[in-house]
Amino acid sequence: MTMITRNTHDTDTPHTAREAAPPSHAAPKEHARNRTTHGRGPGSYAVITAVTLFVLVFLAPFAIILVNSFKTSADYRANGSLSWPEQWNWDIIGDVWERVDFTQKLLNSIQISLGVVVIAVLVALFNAYAIGIGRIRWRTAFLVFFLGVNVLPQEGLVYPIYYLFKETGLYDGKLGYTILVGITYSAFGTYLLSSVFSTFPKELIEAASLDGAGRWTILWRIVLPMSWPTLSVMCVFFFVWSWNEFLYPLVLLISNDNQTVPLGLSVTQGQYTSDPTALSAAALLGVIPMIAFFLVFQRTLTRGLTAGAVK
Amino acid sequence: MKTTRHRRSSGYAVFLAPGLLLSLLFLVVPLVMTFYYSLTTWQGIGTPAFTGIDNYTRLFQDADFWASFRNIAFVIIGIAVVPTLLGLFLAALLFDYIGKKHGDGIVSVFRSGLYLPQVVPVAVTGLMWGWILAPEGAVNSILDTLGLSSLQQNWLGDPDLALWVVLGVLVWMQLGYPLVLFLSGLQRIDPELYEAASLDGAGWWQRFTRITVPILRPEVYVVLVTTTIAGLKVFAQIFVLTGGGPGNSTLVPAYFAYQNFFERADVGYGSAISSTITLLVLIIAGTMLSRQAREDG
Repeated sequence: MTMITRNTHDTDTPHTAREAAPPSHAAPKEHARNRTTHGRGPGSYAVITAVTLFVLVFLAPFAIILVNSFKTSADYRANGSLSWPEQWNWDIIGDVWERVDFTQKLLNSIQISLGVVVIAVLVALFNAYAIGIGRIRWRTAFLVFFLGVNVLPQEGLVYPIYYLFKETGLYDGKLGYTILVGITYSAFGTYLLSSVFSTFPKELIEAASLDGAGRWTILWRIVLPMSWPTLSVMCVFFFVWSWNEFLYPLVLLISNDNQTVPLGLSVTQGQYTSDPTALSAAALLGVIPMIAFFLVFQRTLTRGLTAGAVK
Repeated sequence: MKTTRHRRSSGYAVFLAPGLLLSLLFLVVPLVMTFYYSLTTWQGIGTPAFTGIDNYTRLFQDADFWASFRNIAFVIIGIAVVPTLLGLFLAALLFDYIGKKHGDGIVSVFRSGLYLPQVVPVAVTGLMWGWILAPEGAVNSILDTLGLSSLQQNWLGDPDLALWVVLGVLVWMQLGYPLVLFLSGLQRIDPELYEAASLDGAGWWQRFTRITVPILRPEVYVVLVTTTIAGLKVFAQIFVLTGGGPGNSTLVPAYFAYQNFFERADVGYGSAISSTITLLVLIIAGTMLSRQAREDG
């Protein structure tokens, strides 16, 4: 998800979020370690070399844009895209940074994504509290509703949203956009959390309410802290999804002051067509923040992916 | 007793109010509006004129619409089928061969590397590939360096080639998703099973077809359904890479709808296209969920 980013991750099924954590990992790992001592023939080195080559070629596009973002246009024209830069030239990156006002785009993306995370997680927490722990009436119907909302394609909603935002003054503003995306993700979060909450230890809730704790207190003091592992995975995912959104920001966030990183870079694409190193630098600027994020949250991202997918 | 329980229930219902209200306002109302617009002729200003199912009959006679659906079939191959098959093979190779002989460390390095395109914004990977595949771009310059300049192409500008090239880029973007899911699904397998099979003389291929694939069936199902739905919604990749062209050779329904909304001011027609996609997505998702519910018994 991406869905594609979000792209692919937005239509998943029930599951519990905490599996794939240490217990299930430990046993196979130990086994693998025991067996590493035998069976490394020449064949196994051939296979690992082949896979390594495959992964290197797979990642080559990143390396290519990295190298070419630091060449002068003359260098690129003379030596092509495979050569090492004659000298590392930071001017083009700086130039593209200025031209797309990258600082502003970064701040917009951060602000919007954080806002989306807060809205999506809070709303999902409330929804799931009512459905999974409160066991309210018609809870299955509500769950089906949120599931349906979760798979709705954006292109089926985008025009009326564009129209309504224009009518209400939310158009080209971060507030309406942030709420919209937050609500969209909260449907997924509701689904995920409800299934986690349905296995929540009832005794804890009963004990607390015997002690006089109200629903509000129970939510903040007991349910929230105990579901933090799932919530944190959701935060990481919602942040990435929101950062990577394209259609909604393309339509709803048009001014320079509001554009997000991917949008700011791709809509200015036309400016660089005659300038290959600048185009490469623009791609590099778009890749770097998410690679940095990936390096920090790698485990959460690769593990959390499975949270939504399979029971 | 009954009354207290009822009161407790309705107390919890309050927590549902904000989410329900905002979902209705921001998602359900627009959905209903799209469906209504699809029954009208409307330029986005003035009053929509009700024309019944005219847009839909026009849609079914529109060569561009059918082209976009034919292309979607290709996109689904590139986004669902190929990554699933390749992912299965790679996951089994990493888990059942490389992990055993060379340790889990190297497996997680490979896994992370192949997952990386999944976290980069689609628009940015599109930008990157657009540059790499441009006439003056990296691929052609690499071919030139290797003395293979006769193989140089206008990769995204050739109507016969563009869709296949887009397909390749989609596979690249998508591979990490099934791979990570499959690798994590393989953790469920009792390693003894593989070992016993090996002792009984089962080769790697036999273990793959008899153990790995059957065990990963739930994951394969989830991947195929979610990515098929993602395929129906494909937009950003096309927008950034080809703009649906050349001609309509890479046109997809989502982009076709977008064109009608924002470039041709034919909102009614665009809405008919998006209503059709929405319906398809809901049908696929509904089928998947009811199947899963039945399996869970």
